[in-house]
Amino acid sequence: MTTLQSAPRATTTGPSPARGRGRRSTRWLPTVVLLLGAAYCLVPVLWVLTAATKSPGELFTTVPFRPGTGFLDNLRGLFSYGGGEFGRWALNSALYAGAGSLLSTAMSAAAGYGLAKFAFRGRRVLLVALFGGVLMPGITLAVPQYLLLSAVGLAGTYWSVLLPLLVNPFGIYLCWVFASSSVPDETLEAARLDGAGELRTFWAISVPMMLPGLVTVLLLQFIGIWNNFLLPFIMLSDQGRYPLTLGLYTLLARGSGESALYSLAVTGAAVSVVPLVALMLVLQRFWRVDLLSGGVKG
Amino acid sequence: MSDAAPSPPSAVLGEHGTGGPLRARTAPSSRRPSGGHGRRGGGGRSLAGYGFVAPAVVFFVAFFVLPVLYAIYLSLRGARLTGGGALGIRRETWVGLANYRDALTDPQLLASLGRMLAIGVIAVPVTLGAALLFALLLDVPRVRAVRFSRTAIFLPYAVPGVVASLLWGFLYLPRTSPFGFTGIGFLDEPALFGSVANIAVWSGVGFNMIVLFTALQSVPREVYEAARIDGCGEWQIALRIKIPLVVPALALTGLFSLIGALQIYGEPQTLRPLTSSISSTWVPLMKVYRDAFTTDDIGGAAATSVVLALGSLLLSLLVLKAAQRRTRSSS
Repeated sequence: MTTLQSAPRATTTGPSPARGRGRRSTRWLPTVVLLLGAAYCLVPVLWVLTAATKSPGELFTTVPFRPGTGFLDNLRGLFSYGGGEFGRWALNSALYAGAGSLLSTAMSAAAGYGLAKFAFRGRRVLLVALFGGVLMPGITLAVPQYLLLSAVGLAGTYWSVLLPLLVNPFGIYLCWVFASSSVPDETLEAARLDGAGELRTFWAISVPMMLPGLVTVLLLQFIGIWNNFLLPFIMLSDQGRYPLTLGLYTLLARGSGESALYSLAVTGAAVSVVPLVALMLVLQRFWRVDLLSGGVKG
Repeated sequence: MSDAAPSPPSAVLGEHGTGGPLRARTAPSSRRPSGGHGRRGGGGRSLAGYGFVAPAVVFFVAFFVLPVLYAIYLSLRGARLTGGGALGIRRETWVGLANYRDALTDPQLLASLGRMLAIGVIAVPVTLGAALLFALLLDVPRVRAVRFSRTAIFLPYAVPGVVASLLWGFLYLPRTSPFGFTGIGFLDEPALFGSVANIAVWSGVGFNMIVLFTALQSVPREVYEAARIDGCGEWQIALRIKIPLVVPALALTGLFSLIGALQIYGEPQTLRPLTSSISSTWVPLMKVYRDAFTTDDIGGAAATSVVLALGSLLLSLLVLKAAQRRTRSSS
């Protein structure tokens, strides 16, 4: 398999081949450019983390990046706002992204496996449709999706946000690539000769083999759903069902009337960034983007 | 050739023949699933195939195919006065291509397409250029703080677009901005285009960098060492060897950046409360939303959706074609 992520090769310790020329001296220009890039990416995060500690008065009057005195008050204000709406939004986001990405990955894995390992009529048509799905942003379909869902009485429910995001053409495409490359036909034949049913073969043999790829699909889909805005914006009217993104937007939109809400929006943004960033740092080891670029090439 | 569909991405691929087990094995097997074995199993085996793809097919039909067909249907209908005179009744009828004609000649839609274009023209090349630059720098030997920089630049990917827009919105807002000293009106046109594009760049550069970096890492090291022995500097290696090798990955990242730019919505919508420069039809999807839910012109909204979806599809195919040609000529 191609796990290169775990091998930090290009560091200062890497042996440099032939041609002396200051063998072990650091290259400063690339280092500085990379650090500038890192600073560009970190500045907004640092700003929101420090701004979240400022009281509503301090937010507009004190120097940026200097911690203020209102952090605990802000937190209290945030979690008690509207009868605990913020906590609810966070739970909703976790539900949409958690359940959605799990179900979606299961569906993608089965479909990718079916496309890669079985010959059946209509397979080619499916692949063409799938490819169209990858290239056409589903979000341009949000309005017709809303109209169809409201025709069957589902608009405004949890389902209306969960269901349209379950099918993920790019995820299916990736799973098809993973199944083709990591599950040998011989292994499947051996399992069948041993009398294992198709479902059991899939679950007990193929899924473990595809697992690193599946984790990647899962993470991509989790972040995709967590970050989604337009779909819940169109589908939902009851604030109790909002995900975090939509809730924060609502806070900000109301804030243009009363600026105390700006403070809440800033604190809410800080609080919602922390768990995702922590999650990403922890999961970085399992995050196999190399499989993604392998997917394009393969 | 058994299927035409997957060939664009797989043809962008492994014509360099460099390493990558995925590459080597996938291409052939993706064209030819274990059909030979499968046939021995007879009808039962292909039935199992249907079983595995069935859930995805059901959802794909329900949430992709049906909405597309429904949007086309709606786009051909509209409310018209029938009966004539003061006694006319508003009624839904077939209006043919009138909605499309209205959409394509609507100055508001054209203006919103122009803004989307302006943002895309800034955001897509800058995202790709910066991602490529960082990926190449990470791959240069004897650079320090690689792990820290890589993680920091990837970090914004985990920040939802709405939250990113909110963060940058406050950094742009004169009352809270640390960049106030520059005197730039970040939230007024024309700087606004750059400001919105910047949010897209900030969110996208890390992910693209990682895709390109991993593509670079799958190139066998000996290629570079041979070049170094021949006296090539790191810049020459980057320009002559590394960049041509990551063209396929660059096509993928370009494609996703482009699709991302076409569906720009959350960023301007989130910035709206902070500035009066963003109208309710500032980008095309905002106009679709307004037509459908505020002005109740479902037919117009559907026609605009269809135009946007078709436009995305065409543009994506063009990018893939171009990348394919590029890959062929460079190998």
